[in-house]
Amino acid sequence: MIGSAEGTVTALVAVRDATRSYQLDGITVPALRGVSLTVERGDYLAIVGPSGSGKSTLMHLLGGLDRPTSGRLLLDGRDVSSLSAADLARLRNEVIGFVFQSFHLLARTSARDNVALPLIYRGVRKAQRRRLAEETLARVGLAHRLDHRPNQLSGGEQQRVAIARALVTEPSVLLADEPTGNLDSASGEAVLALLEELNAERGVAVAVVTHDRGIAGRARRQITMRDGVIVSAVP
Amino acid sequence: MSLTEAWRVAIDALRASRLRSGLTMLGVIIGVAAVVILVAIGTGAKQTVEEQVEGLGSNLLLIVPGQVDFGAAPTVSRLRLDDVDAVIRVVGDRNLVAVATSSGETVRAGTRSRFTSVVGVLETTPKVFVRSIDRGGYLSRSDVETGRRVAVLGSAVAVTLFGERDPVGSQITIAGVRFRVVGVFAPLGQSLGVDRDDEVHIPITTAQRVFDTSRVDAMAVKAPDRDSMDALSARIVEVLRERHPESEFSAVTQEQILGVLGDILGILTGVLAAIAGISLLVGGVGVSNIMLVSVRERTREIGLRKAVGARPRDIGLQFLLEAVLLTTIGGVVGIALGVGTALIVAAITPVPAVVTWWSVALAFGVSAAVGIIFGVVPAQRAGRLDPVVALRAE
Repeated sequence: MIGSAEGTVTALVAVRDATRSYQLDGITVPALRGVSLTVERGDYLAIVGPSGSGKSTLMHLLGGLDRPTSGRLLLDGRDVSSLSAADLARLRNEVIGFVFQSFHLLARTSARDNVALPLIYRGVRKAQRRRLAEETLARVGLAHRLDHRPNQLSGGEQQRVAIARALVTEPSVLLADEPTGNLDSASGEAVLALLEELNAERGVAVAVVTHDRGIAGRARRQITMRDGVIVSAVP
Repeated sequence: MSLTEAWRVAIDALRASRLRSGLTMLGVIIGVAAVVILVAIGTGAKQTVEEQVEGLGSNLLLIVPGQVDFGAAPTVSRLRLDDVDAVIRVVGDRNLVAVATSSGETVRAGTRSRFTSVVGVLETTPKVFVRSIDRGGYLSRSDVETGRRVAVLGSAVAVTLFGERDPVGSQITIAGVRFRVVGVFAPLGQSLGVDRDDEVHIPITTAQRVFDTSRVDAMAVKAPDRDSMDALSARIVEVLRERHPESEFSAVTQEQILGVLGDILGILTGVLAAIAGISLLVGGVGVSNIMLVSVRERTREIGLRKAVGARPRDIGLQFLLEAVLLTTIGGVVGIALGVGTALIVAAITPVPAVVTWWSVALAFGVSAAVGIIFGVVPAQRAGRLDPVVALRAE
């Protein structure tokens, strides 16, 4: 798949010869130096590499949070270079679900309202939002935690709320950045099992960024990065 | 995101940090309340002064020596009683002309005494000015023509000298000369800072003899109607100039006095409003400050909202509405506080306070505008945040 120029009909997200560099005190620091990768429907891949290898930058690109300095990024078949910030935000809302290492739940906000948040920006009415949020929380096994706030939930539960928030918009791809990094092994295992179940049963593509070889080994594809380039892709 | 949703999100955010929202509003509340209260007091003072000037009587011309120049030292009067007769001839009715020659004197009754303003007058005074008699009567024309030693006491003077007793018929001395009390004025209160109950009226002829003078300090003419005032004033000034070519005379109307006082008090009200406006501005800067802190504190939240699909304008709108909510709620509370305080001040203190709708509207408009103006910069900053950077923020 890597480098396949003709983006197939199943390609959800594709980067082509993408570079990304940052300006730090006037010095240009390259984070990605020419990366090509395609995520297809139903994919399950892991992006591994040491810190500073560019794997998080790549995930930001795949999620449409960032744009490449050069090269192309296609989200759901659309070239993001032609999209405004508002169009890109809408595309993220419709296609992508994010799961972060530190959960990023809104404090002082119930699990239900946290999960419903993406639906606000889609223009879903409040009653419908609540219903969808409750259904999705039930799907991740938190039907009994609807009104709990993040500080009343365990780390594993918080991450499951975050997964529910990513799922509530019915995205085509879940991007998980070190999703088990802040969890004990039992909670981490439950979170991974949930992601794998969603991938298997609902066909949601899952891309996990991790530095844990064990986690990466469970994915169908392993992409290894070092110094801003992909050094190996298995298979 | 619809506007309704944006309002809801902004309200939720303000609720989530109640203490800080309340303290931020306090600046706006104080500013708005200050505008309403200070403008109410300024307006009240202006109305009171106007009522007092109008309370002197209607269609009054005050004839004074010299050029009318508020703030200049008064000119020594060259008016004499024969000038008064000349003015009466111009006016054509003695009952429309009043005069005054005043002197500060000690008035005694038995062992009690009071230093007060003794005014030599014509018997016409109550017909020209608004003055009513409580006991006895006023001076008569024959009192004036024959220079009798009779006096009408102001209510404060009567209380000092006689307490609860009826002074009519009693003897008093003014500057050592014996007088008989013929009447007592009804209480009138303060007017333009002068206690109008602290005076004694005696016939002007008697006054000139006792004070050893022939001058008349001032003259007042009641015009038959408003339209004739200008012509009458011109004719009186002309006659007086013919009789005293070396002197200047002026006739001022109540409108002119009101105009000058009104201008002064209007400026005063404006200055008070401006000072209060500055505190409102400071409140607005406080809102801006808190919003910038809030944007910084909630950087991760902004990043997350953007990650799940918030557009730059959704984020900007949320923060702008928060600022506008802070200032408009603060504005409404401030107006309630200001109006309430003004009503209490007017009810329990001698300070007059009149709440005007324009000050309320102005204060509310300014506070809402302050929210928009001072909310724009933090809102734009929030809207433009790079989601990748925002999500990484600590």
